[in-house]
Amino acid sequence: MAETVLELQKIRKQFSDTVVLNGVDLAVKQGEVIVIIGPSGCGKSTLLRCINGLEPIQGGQILFYNERIDTCKDLSLVRQKIGMVFQSYELFPHKTVLENVILAPVKVQRRNKEKVKKEAIELLERMGLGQKINSYPKELSGGQKQRVAIARVLCMHPQVLLFDEVTAALDPEMVHEVLQVILDLAQSGRTMLIVTHEMQFARAIADRICFLENGHILEDTSPKEFFENPKTERAKQFLKTFTYERKQ
Amino acid sequence: MDLGLEVLFKGQNLMRLLGGLGVALQISLISVGFSIPLGILMGLCMTSQNRIGRFSLRFYLEFIRIMPQLVLLFLVFFGTTRAWGWNISGELSAVIVFTLWGTAEMGDLVRGALQSIPKHQYESAYALGMTTVQTFVSIIFPQAVRRLIPLAINLITRMIKTTSLIVMIGVVEVLKVAQQIIESNRMNSPNAAFIVYLFVFVLYFLACFPISLLARYLEKRWR
Repeated sequence: MAETVLELQKIRKQFSDTVVLNGVDLAVKQGEVIVIIGPSGCGKSTLLRCINGLEPIQGGQILFYNERIDTCKDLSLVRQKIGMVFQSYELFPHKTVLENVILAPVKVQRRNKEKVKKEAIELLERMGLGQKINSYPKELSGGQKQRVAIARVLCMHPQVLLFDEVTAALDPEMVHEVLQVILDLAQSGRTMLIVTHEMQFARAIADRICFLENGHILEDTSPKEFFENPKTERAKQFLKTFTYERKQ
Repeated sequence: MDLGLEVLFKGQNLMRLLGGLGVALQISLISVGFSIPLGILMGLCMTSQNRIGRFSLRFYLEFIRIMPQLVLLFLVFFGTTRAWGWNISGELSAVIVFTLWGTAEMGDLVRGALQSIPKHQYESAYALGMTTVQTFVSIIFPQAVRRLIPLAINLITRMIKTTSLIVMIGVVEVLKVAQQIIESNRMNSPNAAFIVYLFVFVLYFLACFPISLLARYLEKRWR
């Protein structure tokens, strides 16, 4: 049995009066890829932001290797181990691709600059960005930017990766190249939590699918089970929105 | 028609005009020197969470903006003398008024530049484990400065041009020297006014244009 890396217990999150997450329980094992899906506004992104400490939670606890991190004072340490990639990539526009990638390892982790540089270049080359290391973000396509954002996170050597709708802002043709990168990461045994609207991708990559609705996890099951035989009425309805039929 | 061109080169006239420009530049540059650090401080406070601080700075900014600079100059130069019997020189009054004004405008520019950085820039820096200080130093300030510098340079040229008002509180700067020269040559070359004022224009242009060029250059380079 693989070790539990991340454990969420009864997470509760509210913005003033609106309850966004209402008692979310989730355990993530080493090397597991969990895809969280659900209708918009159901709290998927908020859940990832809570894990990363970008949003404080109002109840429950988050354990990382059995240590509480939601009350941890030094969020920087937590975030070094739990990397997050955002929908809108958010590269730093005043820095080149390479500078973007090496900034945090050098500044935050105080690693040797030359070594980090070497590693960053290898990472970027593996992602097909070898030609772009000295370009600025504005010279890249959306898909390239998102791959740089992924390389930037990987260079921190995180133990868990969070992907927050990383292809939502991309043109359909760019989606594929980014998802391929994530798929490769999954195959290399990375522990990941992925929020996505790409159902085919979810099905291909996930070890487990969590269906989130109204701040609860309604289903937590294998992709095969979820897509072929959803248990709840709500999940059936949700999956229907991805297929189109002519009315008779 | 005699334009009175020779008036410019008569006696010490040319040097006096340049000296006048020197006074104008000196007052504006000293004020700019105070305004920039104070404005940065003000801009930072304007983006802070403190409501009372934010409100009072907003009030200060609006007050300075609504008051014509000339009224502010009169207020400091004449007003303080009447009210409290202070004897402030024209030059000092000018520096005080221009610093008050420059700080307000600069503060608003800094505020705008800081607020124009998207929230996501902060978040992605934090998500990489950067501390607040690291985020500001490496991510936010470098981007804010790029947006700020062209605007700040524009403000500097505005301040240089507006020094022409301080003639009204008796400071002998370039415009006052020009008037004196025109007055004293009224009899022998009555048409000198045009050429002398034209020369003043050229002087202001020479002072401000390079600064404008610099702003344009920086804007292009950092776009």
